[in-house]
Amino acid sequence: MILIKKGRLIDPGTRRDEIVDVLIRGGTIAKIGKDIAKTDADQVIDAEGLIVAPGLIDVHTHLREPGYEWKETIRTGTMAAAQGGFTSVVCMANTDPVNDNKSVTEYIMKKAHSEGVVRVFPAGAITRGLKGEELSEMGEMHQAGAVAISDDGRSVKNSRLFLKALEYARLFRLAVICHCEDEDLSGGVVHEGSASLFSGLDAVPSIAEEIMVRRDIAIARYVDSPVHITHISTRGTVGIMREEKSRYPKATCDTCPHYFTLSDEATLGYDTNTKVNPPLRSPEDVAAIKEGLRDGTIDIIATDHAPHDHVSKDVEFDTASCGISGLETALGLSLALVHGGVLDLAGLLAKMTVNPARLLNVPYGVLAPGKAADLIIFSDTAEWTVDKNAFASKGRNTPFHGVTLKGRNLVTIVGGKIVYNGI
Amino acid sequence: MERVLLDDKAIERSISRIAHEILEKNQGSKNLGLIGIRTRGIFLAKRIRDKIGEIEGRVLPFGILDITMYRDDIARMKATLKVKKTDIPFDVNNMTIVLVDDVLYTGRTTRAAIDAIMDLGRPKRIQLAVLVDRGSRELPIQPDYTGTRYSAVTEEEEVSVRLQEMDGQDAVLLSKTL
Amino acid sequence: MNWARKDLLGTRELSREEILLLLDTADSFRDVSRRDIKKVPTLRGKTVITLFYEPSTRTRVSFEIAAKRLSADTINISTSSSSVAKGETLKDTGRNLESMRPDVIVIRHSMPGAPHMLANILDSSIINAGDGSHEHPTQALLDLFTMREKKETLDGLKVAIVGDIVHSRVARSNIFALKKFDTEVTCCAPPTMLPPRLEELGVKVAHRLEEAVAGKDVIMMLRIQKERGGTSSIPSIREYSSLYCLQEAHLKEARKNVIIMHPGPLNRGTEISDEVADGPYSVILNQVENGVAVRMAVLYLLSGGEG
Repeated sequence: MILIKKGRLIDPGTRRDEIVDVLIRGGTIAKIGKDIAKTDADQVIDAEGLIVAPGLIDVHTHLREPGYEWKETIRTGTMAAAQGGFTSVVCMANTDPVNDNKSVTEYIMKKAHSEGVVRVFPAGAITRGLKGEELSEMGEMHQAGAVAISDDGRSVKNSRLFLKALEYARLFRLAVICHCEDEDLSGGVVHEGSASLFSGLDAVPSIAEEIMVRRDIAIARYVDSPVHITHISTRGTVGIMREEKSRYPKATCDTCPHYFTLSDEATLGYDTNTKVNPPLRSPEDVAAIKEGLRDGTIDIIATDHAPHDHVSKDVEFDTASCGISGLETALGLSLALVHGGVLDLAGLLAKMTVNPARLLNVPYGVLAPGKAADLIIFSDTAEWTVDKNAFASKGRNTPFHGVTLKGRNLVTIVGGKIVYNGI
Repeated sequence: MERVLLDDKAIERSISRIAHEILEKNQGSKNLGLIGIRTRGIFLAKRIRDKIGEIEGRVLPFGILDITMYRDDIARMKATLKVKKTDIPFDVNNMTIVLVDDVLYTGRTTRAAIDAIMDLGRPKRIQLAVLVDRGSRELPIQPDYTGTRYSAVTEEEEVSVRLQEMDGQDAVLLSKTL
Repeated sequence: MNWARKDLLGTRELSREEILLLLDTADSFRDVSRRDIKKVPTLRGKTVITLFYEPSTRTRVSFEIAAKRLSADTINISTSSSSVAKGETLKDTGRNLESMRPDVIVIRHSMPGAPHMLANILDSSIINAGDGSHEHPTQALLDLFTMREKKETLDGLKVAIVGDIVHSRVARSNIFALKKFDTEVTCCAPPTMLPPRLEELGVKVAHRLEEAVAGKDVIMMLRIQKERGGTSSIPSIREYSSLYCLQEAHLKEARKNVIIMHPGPLNRGTEISDEVADGPYSVILNQVENGVAVRMAVLYLLSGGEG
C-alpha cells in the first residue's frame, strides 16, 4: 500500500485538479480523497508542492530490440521511460527482424514482461518488412499484443495498399500511426529554408510532409477509418490538420518536443544531435506548432525516442543517423509550454495521458479508484541541467545536453509498483 | 624619461659622413646599390642616396626590402606580422649592395635581410649601414658604416629613431621601457 | 588588424577587414612566385598535410606549391590510397594525423561540415578546401583577389555568377565574401538550380543569361557537372548550353572592361565558349596564379601568432 500525501492531483481525464491524497493498494488505485489516514500504508510519499498525474503514455518510441541492442534494449529503454515519467510506451516496428508477424510481437511482449519496467505496447508494421508491398499479419500481431500499426521511418507509398491497410486495421481497432514523407521530395538532411542556404546541406521542403498528410487523411476519410499522423513538424501540416479535423474528427496527430523547442538554426553548427526526420523546421513552423498545441489541433505529444550509439552520430552530418534520445527530456521540454503560457498544466497533461490512451484504446491515462495505479509525481518548478551521461537510455544523442530545464519527473509508479524514485 | 642621443643636426652630419665613407670604401659609386630595410631604413637610405647624388652627381639604384617573410620568430609573435611589399627594381647580381637600417641590435633583422637579398640574386658583396649600433648582438654581424655607437644600453632601455618623413622630427632617443 | 582565427572554414564568418588583410598579404606573396628563387623561409619547419576525400588536382597542387614556396613540408593524402578506404572514420583519421603534429591540415570533403568536425577536435589549423556544397573559401578569396587586381577596388562592382548555384560551394563562398563589400551580385541559372529564398543572401536572381550579364564588371561562370545532365535539374547538357553558355556576343551587353572568371576546370562549349575562355577579357589563368599567392597568405596567417 502506497500513500501519496498532499500532492496536487491533475487528471485531465476526470477533470480533476486539487490537492488530495492518493492511496494505492496492489496494482490499482484504492482511494482518492483528502486526509487519508497513514495507518494502512507501508510507504508514504510526501508530495506537497508536487504534482500527481496519470503516468505519461508515449505513442512513439524506438526500443531497438530485437536487432539493435547496442543502441537500446527493452530494459534500458523502459528504464529511460520510467525516468522520464512514462508508464506506457508504444514501440515501433523498425527492429531487426521487423515486427511484422506475431513471433516478433510475442518476443517483444515477453521481453517487456520479464525485463521491462513500464508497459510496452508494440506497434506492428503496416507492410511486411516495411517494404510497402504487402500487408503484414495485423490480426495475429493484435492477438499477440499490438495496439497499433505503423511503417514509421517510411510512408506507405502505394496509395492502394495504404487504403487496404486502413480498412483492414479497422477490424482490429488498431491505431494507424502514419509517418508522412514523400521520399521522392525528401532527399535531404535539413529543412529547406534560410538555414540550408547557409549550411549548404541538402534540404527537404515542407511539402514533402504536407503532401503525404493530405493523401493519408483523404484516403482515411474515403474509407471512414481513423488515422493518426505522427511527428508533425510544419506550419502547413498544422493548417491541414486544422482544416481536416473540422470535417473529419477521426484524423488525429502528434508532435515531438524538439519540434516546438528547436528550429533549423540549431543545425548551422553541423551538430549531428540536431539531425532528425522530419528535420527541425523554421522559426515560423515552430511558432505554428505551438499554436497548434494551444488551439487543440495537435492532440498528442510523443517523443519519437530514437536512441543511437556514439558511432552512428559521431560522423559527418550527411552520414549521421537521424534521431534524438528523448524520453528523459520530454516532460521538462513540454513543461516549457506551460511556463511560456501556451498551455496550462491540465491541457499539457491531456496530450500526454488521456489523449494517447484514447488513440490506443488502452485502459490507462486516467486516475480513479479501481483504475490501474499508473501515475507519476513531478515538480513543475525544479530546475535541473540535462546530463546525457546520466541517462538511463543507452542513447546519449541529445541536443539538450547542458541545457537547464524547469520541471522534472520525480517518481514513476506502474501498476502500483515504484519503478523510478528520484526524490 | 627620454635622453636625446642624436639631435637633428647630429643625424645630418652622420648621414653625410656615412655617404662619404661608402664612396671611400668602395672607391666611387660604380656598381653600388642602396637597399633600405622597412621601415625607417628606407628614409635613411633615401637620404644617403640624395647625399651621394650631391657628391657624385649620380643617383644610385635604390630598393625597399620587407624582411617579414624571412624572420625566424614568426610563431612567437603575439601580433600578426603584416607582410609588406619588397620593391627592388634593379638586378642585384654582381653589385655591391649597401643595406641601410636605423638600429642594429641583435643582428637578426640583418641576417634576414641578407637571406632575402640572396634569394633575389648573387650580389658581389653586401655591406651594412646603420644609424645607431646599440650592441647586445646575438649573431656575429657587424656594421660597415655606423652613425653612432651606444653599447652601454641595458635591456630595460630602448633606443628609438624618429625621422622627419614619418615621425615629424629627427632625433635618436634613449628611453626606459616601462 | 590581427589575424586571430585558428582555422579558415568559410568566408561567411570573415569580416571585411579580415578579407582585406588576406588579400593584402597575398599581394606580397605573389612576387615570390615571379622570382627566380620561388621560396621564402617563412614556414620552414612547419608541416602541412592535404587530406582530400574528393579528387582534385588543381586545388591540391595549388596548396602544395603554396606550402613548399613557404618552405613548409607537405604530405598529400587522398582517400583511395589510405586507411580511409579501409573504413576509418573522419575523426579517427584526423586524430591519427594529429599525433604526428601537423601544423596545418587542408581538407576537401564531399560533405558539408566535415572541416568543422576536425576543427572542433584538433589543435592543428584546419583549412577548408571545399566541403560538399557548403564553402570553398580560398577559391572565393582568390576570386576576390583577381577582381581587385583587375578593377582596383571591390566596392561598387557588379558581379554575375552563372551556373548550378544550389550545389556550388564556389558560389556560396563568393556571395558571402562579396557581400562584405559594396557589391551587386546577380545569380543566374534555371530555377531548378537556384535555392529558394536566395535573395535573403542579398543577391539578385536572373534566369536569362542575357539579362544577367548586362552591365556587369565581372562574369563568373561555374562548372556544370556532367552528372547533372538528364536529371531533374536540367533535361540535358545540350539544352543547358544553348541557354547558358557564355558567348562573345553576350559580352557586348557587359561593361567595357568586363572580366570573365571560372574556377576551373573548364567544360569548353558547355558553360563557356572557346573564344571567351581564351579571349582578352578572360582572367582565368590569373586566377590560377593568384590561387598560389592567396593560399600562401592563408597558410602564413594561420601559422603565425600563438599556436
